[in-house]
Amino acid sequence: MKQLLSGLVVAVLGAIVLVEAHNTSEEGHSFRDWPITFSIAPQATTVAHAPEVPTANASPPTPPTLLSRLWRVLSLRDYNTRVVLLGTTILGITAGIVGTFMLLRKRALVGDVVGHSALPGIAIAFLVMEGLSPGTGKWLPGLLAGAFVFGVAGAVSVMLIEKYSRIKPDAAMAMTLSVFYGLGAALFTVVQKVPGGNAAGLKTYLSGKTASLITDDVWLFAVVAGVVLTVTMLLMKELTILCFDGEFAAADGWPVFWLDTLLIGLVVTVTIIGMQSVGLILVVATLIIPPASARFWTDDLRRMTLGAGLAGGMSSFFGTIMSALFPHVAAGAVIVLTGACLFAVSLLFGTKRGVLIHWWRQRQLRREVGRVDLLRAAFELVEHAVSAPIPEFDELTAHELSLADLLMMRTWDAASLQRLIIAAVREGLMHPTGKDTWRLTRSGAEEARRLARNHRLWEMYLMKYAHIAPSHVDRDADLIEHVLDPELVAELEYQLDHPDDEIPQSSHATSVSSLE
Amino acid sequence: MIHEFFQLLSGWSSLDTAIAGSAALTAMSCSLPGAWLVLRKHSMMGDALSHTALPGVVLAFLFSISMKQAGWVSAAQEDAFLQLFLFVGAVVVGVGTAWLTEWVQRLGRLEGSASLGVVFTAVFALGLLLIRLDVDNVHLDVDCVLFGIIETAALQKVPGTSIPEPVLVNGAIFLANLLLVVLFYKELKISAFDPGLATSLGIPARGIHYGLMAVTAVTVVAAFTTVGSILVIGLLIIPTATALLLSERLSVVLALSVCLAAISAALGHALTLTVPRMLFSRLGYPTIEDAGTAGMMSVTAGLLFLMALILAPGQGLISKLIHRLRLGLKISGDDILGVLFRFEEKTAMRPIDISVPALVARQNGMRPWMVSLSVRRLLRRDLVTRQTSGELVLTDRGRESAKSLIRAHRLWEAYMSKHFELPDDHLHETAHRVEHFIDDDIQERLQSELNAPTKDPHGKRIPELSDS
Repeated sequence: MKQLLSGLVVAVLGAIVLVEAHNTSEEGHSFRDWPITFSIAPQATTVAHAPEVPTANASPPTPPTLLSRLWRVLSLRDYNTRVVLLGTTILGITAGIVGTFMLLRKRALVGDVVGHSALPGIAIAFLVMEGLSPGTGKWLPGLLAGAFVFGVAGAVSVMLIEKYSRIKPDAAMAMTLSVFYGLGAALFTVVQKVPGGNAAGLKTYLSGKTASLITDDVWLFAVVAGVVLTVTMLLMKELTILCFDGEFAAADGWPVFWLDTLLIGLVVTVTIIGMQSVGLILVVATLIIPPASARFWTDDLRRMTLGAGLAGGMSSFFGTIMSALFPHVAAGAVIVLTGACLFAVSLLFGTKRGVLIHWWRQRQLRREVGRVDLLRAAFELVEHAVSAPIPEFDELTAHELSLADLLMMRTWDAASLQRLIIAAVREGLMHPTGKDTWRLTRSGAEEARRLARNHRLWEMYLMKYAHIAPSHVDRDADLIEHVLDPELVAELEYQLDHPDDEIPQSSHATSVSSLE
Repeated sequence: MIHEFFQLLSGWSSLDTAIAGSAALTAMSCSLPGAWLVLRKHSMMGDALSHTALPGVVLAFLFSISMKQAGWVSAAQEDAFLQLFLFVGAVVVGVGTAWLTEWVQRLGRLEGSASLGVVFTAVFALGLLLIRLDVDNVHLDVDCVLFGIIETAALQKVPGTSIPEPVLVNGAIFLANLLLVVLFYKELKISAFDPGLATSLGIPARGIHYGLMAVTAVTVVAAFTTVGSILVIGLLIIPTATALLLSERLSVVLALSVCLAAISAALGHALTLTVPRMLFSRLGYPTIEDAGTAGMMSVTAGLLFLMALILAPGQGLISKLIHRLRLGLKISGDDILGVLFRFEEKTAMRPIDISVPALVARQNGMRPWMVSLSVRRLLRRDLVTRQTSGELVLTDRGRESAKSLIRAHRLWEAYMSKHFELPDDHLHETAHRVEHFIDDDIQERLQSELNAPTKDPHGKRIPELSDS
C-alpha cells in the first residue's frame, strides 16, 4: 500500500518534469498547428457569461481525420493536451481518494455544500485585497484562502445547525449551501461594480478553465495530491476505524472530531483547488462517483481507496482525451459522463457487490437450498413408506419416488419441483425410472442420509439447549441446515453425545400427517 | 443609520413592487413542496432536482425551436409551446431523477446520498453536453437558467396588462401547489411521518413520492427565471426549516413557512436596495448601489433562520439556555436545603473543610457561580440565613421546604425498594435525581400506596408534613 502510494507520488512528479522538458523544446509551435479545443463548461456556478472560447478559427485548410487526431492526442504532441491531461488525471486520483472516506462516512454530498459555500469567500477576498491595494484583487493564493475559509465555514455551519437545532442534516446542508451561495451571488454583483478593480475573469475561479490549465496549476494539483496521499498513508489505520464505526472509534478514545475535521479540510482543499481549474460539478462528481464505483469491487478499504483513485484518474484521463478529440464538447461534462459509464459498468460487473455477481450468488444459493430440500423430502418419503424407524441404505435407493408424493412433502409447485429434479438428475443424485417417477442413486442416497441426519441433529440441539418446542424446531432447522459444515456437525455429535453415522429419529410427526 | 435606511427605501418604485411581488410569489410557491421535502428528509433532492432540470430545459428549447424550423408552429405560438415543453420536461426530469436515484440505491445497495450524488452530477453533465452540442442553434440564456435575473424577469409584462409575467406564472403555480396540499393533506402527512402506516392504510407511498418530485420539479423550473437553480434550493428548504423551530403543529408550520417565504423575498429586495449602499459607501466604494436580489433573498431567509435559531420560544438557543439555568438554580437550591436538613437531622456529618455550596457544586458537577447564585436566591426568599461565622442555616420556612424534599426523596426510595426490588445501595442516586419533581400530590399517592411508612429503606425517618 505505502509503496504503491509513494510510487504514485514519484510518478506524478516525474510526469510533471517530463511535461516541463517537452514544454521548452516544443512550445513554440504546439498551439498553432491544429487547435485542439477544450471547451469551458458553463457550470452551475457561472455568475456571468464565460468569455466565448474562440472556436471560430477551428477550421484549418485540411481537417485531419479522426484517426490522426486520436493519434495526435494519444501521442501527447501538444503541450496543451499534456498539461490538461496530467492536471485532470492528478485531480481525479486525488478526489477519488478523499471521496472514499467521505462516502464511507456517509457524507458524500459535503463536497457539494463546501464548493457552493466557497463563493462569498472569493468575492470577499477580492474586495479585501482590492481595498488594501488596488489592482491586486486577483492574487490567486489570496482568493484560494478566502474560498478555503468560507468552505470550512460552510461545513462548520452544517455541523452547528445539526448540533443546536432539530433540523436534520440533509436540510442543514441544503440551507447552508444556498445561503452561502446567495451571499456570494449578491457580493459578485457588487464586485463587478467596484471601480478600477478589474473583476473580469474572476468567475473562472468558479466555472473552471479546463481548457487553459497551465503548468502552475498542475504543480498546485501535485502538491495537493502529495498532501492528500501523505495524510492518507499516515492515518490509514485511524481513518479505517473512523469509516468502519465512528461511534466505536469515539468510545475507544480516538480523536474522532479531529479526524473528521481533517477529512473536511482535505475535502475543502480538493474542492477549492479543483473548482477553480475544472469546475465545481466536476469536482463534486469526482468526489462521489469513483469511490462509489470502487465500492462494487472490494470490501477492503485500502483496495477501495486505490480503486477510487484509479477510477478517478481513468475517467479524467479518458474524458479529457474524448473532449480533445471533439471540439465543442466540454471537458468537465465528458469527464463526469465517463465516470458515470465506469460507475454503470462497476454496478453491473463489480466482483464484490455488483448486480450480476449478486444475482448469481442468489441463484446458486437458491439451487443449493432446493437440492437439500429435495433430497430430504425424498428421505422422509421413504422413511414413512418403510416399516423400520430409519430407512436402510438399500431401501433408499430401491424406493420409487413419484412427483405427486414429493409434491405433498413441502409447499412447492410442480414446475419448480420438476426443475429441481432435473438438476438433481443432472448431478447424478437421482435417476428416472418412468414417467414422473425417480429413484435415488447411491450418491443421492448417501447425500440424503447425510442431510437428514444434519437436520435432525440440529433439531435435537435446539430442543435440548434452546428449549424450542418440537413443533417449532423444523422451521428453524430448515434455516440452518444449509450452512452446517462438517466441523459443526462433529461439534453437534459431541454435544449431543450422538454416535457416528446413526440417523436420529424424526422428533415430530408433521410429515406423516401431511401425507394422510 | 435607521434614518438612512428609510431614506434609501423611499426611492421604492413600482418596478420594485413588481420585483418584490414576483420574488414573494416564487418563494411562496417553492415553500409548499419544499416543506414536504424537509419533513421527508429529502432536502438534498431539491439540490439534485434543480441541477437535473437543466437537460429538461435544454431539450424543451431544442424541441420548440425545431418545431418552429419545421414550420409546424408559427413564431407566435412558439412561446406557448416552449412553456408547455418546459413543464413536461420538468415532470419527466423530476420523476426520472427520483426513479434513477432509487434504482441505483436499491440495485447497487449504495447509501442514499451517494446514489443521489452519482445521478445528479451525471444528468447535469448530460445537460451541459446538450447545451454545447447545439450551442449554435439555441440562444438559451444559460445565465438566466442557472442564476436567474429577477430584475429583468419582472420587466416582462403579461400582454395587454401591467402585471409582470413572473407574478402570473409563479402565482398560478403557488395556487396549484396550495390546492394539491389541501387535497392530499392527510396522505402527505401520514406518508411523511409514518410510511409504514401509510402503506398499511392503502396510501400509495411511491405515488406520493413521485408526485411530490414532479410537483417540485415543475415549481423549480418555474422559479428558474426569477431566482436561478442554486438559490431555489434555499427557497425550498429554509422557510420550512425556520418554521420548524417556531412551531410543532404541521398546519402551523406550513402556514408559517409560506409567510416566511414571502417575508424573506420582500425583505430581501428591500435589503438589496439599502444595505449594500450603506455598507460599501462606508468602506469607500460609493458607486455600489445594490446587489442581486435573488442572492439577497437567500441570505435574508438564512438570517431569519439564524434569528429563529437564537430567539425562538422553546426551541431557540436563548430559551434553552434560560430553561437550563432555571433548572440548575432549582436543583442546586433544593440540594442546599436538603444538605442543611440532613445536618440538622444528624443523618449526615457536616464536613469541616468544605462549605455547603461547594459541596453541592461538587456533588452535581455544577459551576460554582451557579450555586452561589442559588444561595443568593435562597437568602432572598428567606429560606436560609447566614450566621456570623458564615455558615448557612435553615430558617423555619426553609425547614418546611426541605422537609417536603427529603420526604419526596425517602418516599421514592421506599417505593423503588418495594416495587423494583433494587438493592439498597442503588436507591439514593435515582431518588436524588427524581426528588425535585415529586410534588405534594405524588407524595400523597406514594404514601397511601406504601401504607404511610415512617422509615425509608435505610432506616431514616420520613418527615411528616406539618399541618400549617
